Amino acid sequence: MIEYIPFIAVVGMIFIGLYAVLFRRNLIKIVIGISVIESGVNLFLITLGYRDSGVAPIYTSLPAGTPSPQGMVLPVPQALTLTSIVIGVAVLALMLSLVMHIYRKYGTLDIRKIRRLKE
Amino acid sequence: MTVLDLLIEHAPALIVAIPLFGAFLMPLVSRVNEKLRNILALSIICLTGFFIWLLATDVLARGPRLYIFGAKNLASPMVRILFEVDSMSIFMITITVILAFIALVYSWSFMKEHDGLDKYYTLVLLLIASTLGMELTGDVFNFFVFLEISCIVSCALIAFFISEGEALEAAFKYIVVSSIGALFILFAIGLLYAQYDALNIATLAQVLKYTFLDKIVLVLLVVVLGMKAGLVPMHMWLPDSYGRAPPSVTLIIIGATLASFYGVLRVIFTLYGNVLSNAMRFALPVNVLVGWILIALAIISIIVGVIMALVQTDLMRLIAFAAVAEVGYMFLAIGTSIAALGSPYATTALQGGLLHLLNDALDIGLLFLVAGALYYATKKRLLDDISGLARNMKYTTVFFIIGLLAVAGMPPLNGFASKFLIYESVYQLNPILSIVAILCSILMLAIFVKVFYAAFLGPELPGFKDVKEAPRSMLLAMGLVAGLAIFIGLFPNIVIDTLVKPAADALVNHAQYISTVIGGI
Repeated sequence: MIEYIPFIAVVGMIFIGLYAVLFRRNLIKIVIGISVIESGVNLFLITLGYRDSGVAPIYTSLPAGTPSPQGMVLPVPQALTLTSIVIGVAVLALMLSLVMHIYRKYGTLDIRKIRRLKE
Repeated sequence: MTVLDLLIEHAPALIVAIPLFGAFLMPLVSRVNEKLRNILALSIICLTGFFIWLLATDVLARGPRLYIFGAKNLASPMVRILFEVDSMSIFMITITVILAFIALVYSWSFMKEHDGLDKYYTLVLLLIASTLGMELTGDVFNFFVFLEISCIVSCALIAFFISEGEALEAAFKYIVVSSIGALFILFAIGLLYAQYDALNIATLAQVLKYTFLDKIVLVLLVVVLGMKAGLVPMHMWLPDSYGRAPPSVTLIIIGATLASFYGVLRVIFTLYGNVLSNAMRFALPVNVLVGWILIALAIISIIVGVIMALVQTDLMRLIAFAAVAEVGYMFLAIGTSIAALGSPYATTALQGGLLHLLNDALDIGLLFLVAGALYYATKKRLLDDISGLARNMKYTTVFFIIGLLAVAGMPPLNGFASKFLIYESVYQLNPILSIVAILCSILMLAIFVKVFYAAFLGPELPGFKDVKEAPRSMLLAMGLVAGLAIFIGLFPNIVIDTLVKPAADALVNHAQYISTVIGGI
């Protein structure tokens, strides 16, 4: 049971994020929602690479007696997660700067009042 | 090994690297001379085009090519970054580079009076690089990375007219939709990696078992990429962003959207190629299910696109809704070719869909260029505010007529060639679908004739007495697209034989795609 907790957390985070994006009216909360989804997906990738009592996947600093590569955690999901975090930062920065400009323009963050593009 | 062989061998990497390097050169060159920067941007695209031409001649003659980044002697083939170029990729990168060239020619005059152009050119070249990357990569994670780059860059370009509140709204909508979409693609990639320990498309395609998780992956990938391609009911971002982006970059954003459409094709035909070709074993064949779902969504797209275009008053939004309808035609064609897999008209449908991809980019692109020219001359967006422009803008009027006839599928323009292939094959699957498609096409003609009457004919408004014809570079860009449209309309066979047929064959023949990687490592 205990090993499923990360996956439950992943699903929980993705749904909380989706809820925030779909039902919240404040632009900042929508941005937070996307950030939560992203953390959920990153957690999912990290969980995939986890091995029970595994060590860091670096051949040169392997503790004596560890079978390689069976004793190491998988390196690929970590590389993916790092890339995804970097991309996430860029998206977050861009979204927040857009929110800033929208606030300057409209004087509000409520999406019901920011609706010049209709239909 | 001669120099030419060496160039061809490294062409896949260079095609992405040259615009990427050029993008970051732009702010530097911008400080020296503005004209020099424009020439440099154009020559970067020409150089990329040259490498694409080299690669195309080689791939079309000798089959798919593989380009592996680094660590050539590693034992495990699963975790390598690689580009795989087959005829389908060639088809897509050719379209992208043609659109990019035309957009840059158009930008020369169109963007002249705006500031911040160093950033504009950086973003445009980055968008081109990421689109080319999406079309060349042979690795699902790499695809995700290029998709995210194209999301971020497109969003920045859509918000380029930052003094307009609507541009900000459109950009925010776009970034929310596309970043959530991209995260779900990453989730799907995680699911694939968890099951098969592999990330490159060919290895995955070979071992894919079509388990329950694989079905979820298929749904996630097709839904998200369909959304990025502008399929109804997830099209709401498209009219806003197309309508509010500078018309000069709309052409390149269309290219990026088509790259997502290419993603759908790659997922269904290559990644799930083995599943698709063994589909008949299931009680409800998967190809029939997927095909009919796509056909249903496509028909809704066509109808919604045309009806929404009917009620628009903003010219660029109107064209954007027509673009939604055109995307519907492409999905109708590939849906038919999947649902009727194995029958002779499936190939016709696929070829029609691919040819329509090229034609859609050209026709909708031409209309956006004309709309941009009207905006440049009058600074008005609404159809009610403009009238009688044919008196002063003769060439633009001619280009608009070519664009409207092409988008409505009238002979002898290019839209007719591809739409005819689509009608012909769809009719054999189900006549009603074909009738709906033809009716909507006629409605589209009516809509654009209305626009033509409103904008170009009618009384001359007092404010437009001294409206000038669009500058020369914009006319040249529109002329290039119009020339291509007429050429493809008159000689569709040349394009079909050299580009479309090999691309369709490469999609159907997924075994070759797989064996290139498995044998090549």
